[in-house]
Amino acid sequence: MKWRYSLPAVLFLALGCVFYFTLTKIGRGTLDVREIPSPLIGKPAPHFVLPSLLGPTQLIDSNIWRGQTYLLNVWGSWCEGCKEEHSTLIALARVAGVPLIGMAWKDDHASAEAMLTEMGNPYSAVVADDEGRVAIDFGVYGAPETFLIGADGTILVKHVGAMSDTVWRSTFAPKIRNGASR
Amino acid sequence: MIPELGEYALILAFVLALAQAVFGLGGAYFQHRSWMEALTPTVTGVWVCMAASFGCLTYAFVTHDFSVAYVANNSNVALPLLYRVAAVWGAHEGSLLLWILILATWALAVALCSSTLPAAFRARVLGVLGLIAVGFLSFTIATSSPFLRLIPAALDGADLNPILQDPALAAHPPILYMGYVGTAVAFAFAVAAMLSGQMDAAWARWTRPWTVMAWLFLTIGIALGSWWAYYELGWGGWWFWDPVENASFMPWLTATALIHSLAVTEAKGLFKSWTLLLAIFAFSLSLLGTFLVRSGVLVSVHAFASDPSRGLFILGLLLFFIVGSLALYAVRASALKTNTGFSLVSRESFLLLNNALLVAAAALILTGTLWPLFMDAFNLGKISVGPPYFNVVFLIPTLPLIALLGVGMHAGWTRAMLGSKRTALIGIAGGAALVAAFVALGCYGSARLLTIVGFTAGFFVIGSSSWFVLHRLLVKQHLKRAAFGMALAHAGVGVLVIGVTGVSAYKVEKDLSLAPGETAQIADYSFEYMGALPVAGPNYDAIEGRVVIRKHDVRVDELTTQKRIFRAQHQPMTQAGISVGWSRDLFVALGEDLGAGKWSMRIQYKPLVRFIWLGALIMALGGLIAVMDRRYRSAAKGA
Repeated sequence: MKWRYSLPAVLFLALGCVFYFTLTKIGRGTLDVREIPSPLIGKPAPHFVLPSLLGPTQLIDSNIWRGQTYLLNVWGSWCEGCKEEHSTLIALARVAGVPLIGMAWKDDHASAEAMLTEMGNPYSAVVADDEGRVAIDFGVYGAPETFLIGADGTILVKHVGAMSDTVWRSTFAPKIRNGASR
Repeated sequence: MIPELGEYALILAFVLALAQAVFGLGGAYFQHRSWMEALTPTVTGVWVCMAASFGCLTYAFVTHDFSVAYVANNSNVALPLLYRVAAVWGAHEGSLLLWILILATWALAVALCSSTLPAAFRARVLGVLGLIAVGFLSFTIATSSPFLRLIPAALDGADLNPILQDPALAAHPPILYMGYVGTAVAFAFAVAAMLSGQMDAAWARWTRPWTVMAWLFLTIGIALGSWWAYYELGWGGWWFWDPVENASFMPWLTATALIHSLAVTEAKGLFKSWTLLLAIFAFSLSLLGTFLVRSGVLVSVHAFASDPSRGLFILGLLLFFIVGSLALYAVRASALKTNTGFSLVSRESFLLLNNALLVAAAALILTGTLWPLFMDAFNLGKISVGPPYFNVVFLIPTLPLIALLGVGMHAGWTRAMLGSKRTALIGIAGGAALVAAFVALGCYGSARLLTIVGFTAGFFVIGSSSWFVLHRLLVKQHLKRAAFGMALAHAGVGVLVIGVTGVSAYKVEKDLSLAPGETAQIADYSFEYMGALPVAGPNYDAIEGRVVIRKHDVRVDELTTQKRIFRAQHQPMTQAGISVGWSRDLFVALGEDLGAGKWSMRIQYKPLVRFIWLGALIMALGGLIAVMDRRYRSAAKGA
């Protein structure tokens, strides 16, 4: 038997091992193929001036949070994942130790307000990005997304998808502790 | 009750497929004539059970049986009947059911049309197909039954994914699967040949029509998918080099190589081990495509269902079939005598080059598709490989391939026979270059080198194919169907190349914001936005924008484009408005509401884009005419 005829089988077996390896990583939750790192991490958070959702005549300038670490949560009443994470956010608002800012993304003001009245309001302020312009600056491609922005105004963490206790403990909490010790 | 019958039929199909595998492979091994004779009824039984199972799921969709979890997840009371039927394969479980039904259909076709094959060989082919069915049926029954009940039943379903709510859903997946699964037949023939040791010209002649049939379904399926993505996703792109698209394109390239390699094996008895390997590759890449799409290891814009736990099961199947067959190949092919001996300008060497280039193209695409996965797996960082890589890399093997194609079909077997035809070919090439320059400069007024090269290649292939047909008709007074089909398919490649070149070089794409009454000027056309009004569909609400298109103040067309919000999932979808024409498509898609009546709009001018799909259809038609050649029909009738 000439060895070169075995080459395809050997090559494919190797490929199979890589697939197995990848699948087990996904299964254990150590690899998320959908997670794309934001090029914004470590970069200054985009500046914005947007109307407040709860007081439409009032404009909120993102510079007012300069000097403190805060969370920016992009959500919408039309988004199922946002409803799913809402109770987590309400619990976090009490224990996180940092302000939680909501950004209602391309949402109808009335139904966004109704959702906060019905399910509770975890946010210390909510801005309304009706046209999605600011969300584009932040590189948002689906709701919900949550950003952790440091005291120096740089983006520390970006999470795509619903917030959960696990996500909070594994990715957000360590960064907040680091930020506080610095 | 009906869903339980469906599940029962599925289990029965599994048992019968097991019998098919045992009767086929065991019957041939132990020379049990009665086992082999039981194959036709067994294969028919598998098909009847699968059809019944599939019918039960369709029934559950049509009657809104939301006590079935799969139906509740993928349908809705407001979903129109056509989509309820097509929703059967709208997600993982049902599309798997369709996959197996189509496999059973191919097996039945083989069982009914192969009475002239040696009994043991036919038994092995059907046995291998049975084994594949066993693998996928066990996967469905163990991890992905579409008949699982939902307790308590849902009042209404979550609705079919809005992206899929399009008439093309009724045609694209079944046709594409016919192609995908059809490669299993060529694979089964190859494995049967290796098991029996009969790897000669006869084997190639038996396999060829089946391979061409699978190839033509794959061609139409991919073209349909490209056309669907073009108008549905709202981006106006006809090919994205997305992992799911690549997953269908790699088996196509390999199947194309296989068709050509089989031609050499049938006519000259050469390339035997290579042909076997290609038959294994074509099916392996089909399976790999299924794995990549279904397991969720790659991110795709077309991935509608994925689950890593299922991925392991498919990976097991993949390894069993591919490594198993490749190991068999390692043992059998090394025993084959390699006999060479053909001159440089013979048809054999052109076909060898064809194979090398097609396989190189498939390998480059495979590398690009899997590269992000490797990087991720070994923690080397996350990257995405996109059109910039594929567009460049794909041209490297395909440009010489297309140029060779126009010459190669005129070359004779074994020895250089081009001599007398050389002058004519040079003439055709010169003419093609002139026409290309005229089209590029005369009609579009500008040209880069690559554009001229592309047009020249396209016209050269069409000219060369036409001359091939004319030469056979007028000089030799004899044109076989297989030869005519071959020339037609090659002309289709030329048409496709012209379309791809034209749309790549001269498309104009603009994203604009328009208020009612405002006009945008793109190419020779002016687009006047007339305003937008709300309209209601059966299961969605939409804003419909109207755009009137004029060319030099002459009204050309009026388009409507919709932004739809589907009620059940609140997912927005864009329905583009397209003005279709031979020389160009005009494409309008509504973007975002910018307030005060203004909308962002995507407006595109797509010259020659229709030639892409027309070319694919001509290729498929050529394949169809070739399989109807007398030589295959007489083989089927018992010559």
